[in-house]
Formats: sequence, structure tokens, C-alpha cells
Amino acid sequence: MSANKQYIIDYAVRLGDDAIVLGHRISEWVSNGPFLEEDIALGNVALDFIGRARMFYTYAAELTGNGKTEDDFAYLRDERQFQNYLINELPRGDFAYSTARQLFIDVYNTHFLAALKQSNDETLSAIAAKAAKETKYHLRRSTDWTLRLGDGTEESHQRMQNAIDELWGYTHELFEHDALEQRLIDAGIAVDAAAFKAQWLADVSQVLEQATLTVPTAEWAVRGGREGYHTENLGHLLTEMQFLHRSHPNCQW
Amino acid sequence: MQRIPTMSQAQYEREQFRRNSDHGELWDLLDEVKDPEIPVLSLWDMGILRDVQYQGGQVTVTITPTYSGCPAMDVIQEDIENLLRLKGYSNCKVETQLSPAWTTDWMTDYGRSQLRGYGIAPPDDVAEPTGETPEANVACPHCGSSNTKRVSEFGSTACKALFQCNDCCEPFDYFKHI
Repeated sequence: MSANKQYIIDYAVRLGDDAIVLGHRISEWVSNGPFLEEDIALGNVALDFIGRARMFYTYAAELTGNGKTEDDFAYLRDERQFQNYLINELPRGDFAYSTARQLFIDVYNTHFLAALKQSNDETLSAIAAKAAKETKYHLRRSTDWTLRLGDGTEESHQRMQNAIDELWGYTHELFEHDALEQRLIDAGIAVDAAAFKAQWLADVSQVLEQATLTVPTAEWAVRGGREGYHTENLGHLLTEMQFLHRSHPNCQW
Repeated sequence: MQRIPTMSQAQYEREQFRRNSDHGELWDLLDEVKDPEIPVLSLWDMGILRDVQYQGGQVTVTITPTYSGCPAMDVIQEDIENLLRLKGYSNCKVETQLSPAWTTDWMTDYGRSQLRGYGIAPPDDVAEPTGETPEANVACPHCGSSNTKRVSEFGSTACKALFQCNDCCEPFDYFKHI
């Protein structure tokens, strides 16, 4: 355990970063949704991701000790210390853009969490089991919306296609891992996402084709999230997300 | 409506676990703590109360979260601590256990009838239980009609979906199966 401990902490923080950054992005839709029920659905999904982040960060804090808490990870780290995949930090865009991202992520999480459930690390496995149940609902929603917008009006179809083309290059790094994750994969703790890339592509393609959308073939790819290299968007997100905590350190209410 | 009392295996095991506890009075005491969002349901009926231990003068209550981001969990923890202190158990702590993940199968039968009375359709009031939220035919908790339709998969809280009855026209929440 001790040899792997720091790796597990880093891994849990990365998974927490993915969840909190996306959760924050989705939460930006609250009170801006297209209609009331959808507004509520977006709030619910955001909450699931933020809850997921809390579980990963709390675990990392427990392993770290020294009185660390989830808040230290969420609110007191800078942009370069966040190691989320870039797709999560991209601005929410229009509703089609948020829908396309959600479809990609929900399909990804369906496979990722199923694999993480098999982790030798009991806590990561338990968090995955919890989150997988929620992802089932997320995926149904993002699939429904993709079909509705893709196979909807000329305008909604075009916006969905634009979103898919713009996001496609950010999906590649989701299936790549660095030396740290490789060590944990070898120990049966982390997930080897490369193993389900083909399945992800098949699942996403099926939905896109049913929605009369075209699966991109462009080969450009952006990478860097796991190394802490971000798009300009993350810094802006963090200033807003961390503002209150940093302005009133240790405030309790 | 007359109902034959049945319970799932998971629920039966919960009942047995509680019955075999050496601290029945603590379990009974905790029946006073309700879900802050659904005040007709106790933590026990909700299925989130896992264990109660009393050792060396300390009460340890183990609960399990419903949804990972459920904001009610912090309030529930405070409510448990406040109640126990009020009853003289000054030394108490609340622990959260993730695994096995909470399922609506742990909700008690009494809890289900309470939900109905409160205007929320419980998870199993569906025509064909598939584990997913159906598009229609969840029994309306107001008039009992099954002629209903889903309005949204996500309702007022993470655990509920929104339905409407085609007969009495009332909207209602459906507690999602999870």
C-alpha cells in the first residue's frame, strides 16, 4: 500500500478534478436552461458530479492525512495543479455543445466506472459503484437530447454537428495514460481506458448515426490535462469557483 | 388499498440485523430522525441507516448516502448528532459508508406507503419493474390511476422524476429506482 499510496492520492485527485470541473460547468446552466424541467435536470446532473468529486477528494484527503480536507483540493490549488481532462473545462457553449460533451462523457463513464468497480482499491471501487448508478440516468438523458437535436430542425442538427466536430479532438486524451496511471493499472487499481476505446467509439457512433449526425474522421487532437497543461478556460473557471473560499479562508457557517 | 405485506431479501436482512442488535433502544430513538426533504420518512424507512453501535460510552451511527451529491446528507448527520446529544448521548459520531451502494430496495414497506400518502409514487409502483424510470404508467399517488406520463427524468431532487396523471391531471414526483 505505502509504495502506491502517493499514486493513489494523485489518481483520486485527478478523478476528482474531472468531476468537479465538469460539475461546475454544468452548474452554469442552472437558471439558464431551455425550460424549467431541463433546468432542474441540469442542476441534478451537476450535483451528481460535484458529489462524485467530494468522494474522490475526501478519499485523497484521508490518505494524505495532516488535517487535509476535500476543500484543500477543490479550492486551494491553482490551475497548473489541476489535472482534469481538457474536455471537462471547455466553456458550456450552446445547449448542443453541452449535450454533445455530455454524451461523450456519459458513454465514457459507463465503461470507465464499470471497470473502476473492479479496482483492487476498495474505496475507489465503492465510489465507482455509487456513481455508476447515476451515470445510467445521465446517459439516457444525453442520448435522448442528442437524438432530439440531431434529428430535429435544420438549425438544431447543424448546431449538434458543429459541437461534435469541435469537441472530437478533445476525446482522444480520455483514452491515454501516463506512467503514474500505468503503475496503478499494473497493480489492478486504475482503469486502462484504452481497453474500451473501440467500444466507446461504437456506442457513440451508434447514437450519432441514429441522430442523423456524422461521426468525425478528423485526426487533430489536443492533450495535456493530466500534465496540468490547460486551455485558457480553466483559470477563469477556477477564479469564479474558488473566489468565496479564498476570500474568506476557513470561514464556517 | 389492501396489500399483502412482502419484502425483498435485502429488506428482510435489514430487519433481521436491526432485530439482532443489542441496542434496540438506539435504533428506536433514531426513528425520530426524518429525511429533511421528505419529512414523513425516517432514516430507517429510507434505508440509509446502516448500523448503530454503542461502545465505551460512544454511539457510532453508520449511514449511507442516497445520491453522491445529495445535499441532505450533511443535514441528516447534524440531525442525528443533535438528537443523540439531546437524549444524553454526548459522545457520538456519524460515519458514512459507501459500499454496498444504497438501493431503493432497502426502503421499508411502511416507508413506501408513507411516500404514497405524501404524494410521491414509490419506486415499485410501476406497470413493469425494469429498474429504469418508465415513460408512463407509474401509479398516481393521488388517485391511483396508472394512466400517467413522464414529464422529466429529473425531478425536484436527484432521487425523483416528474410525472403527470392523465386522469386527475395532478403532477407528482416518482421516487426513482436505483
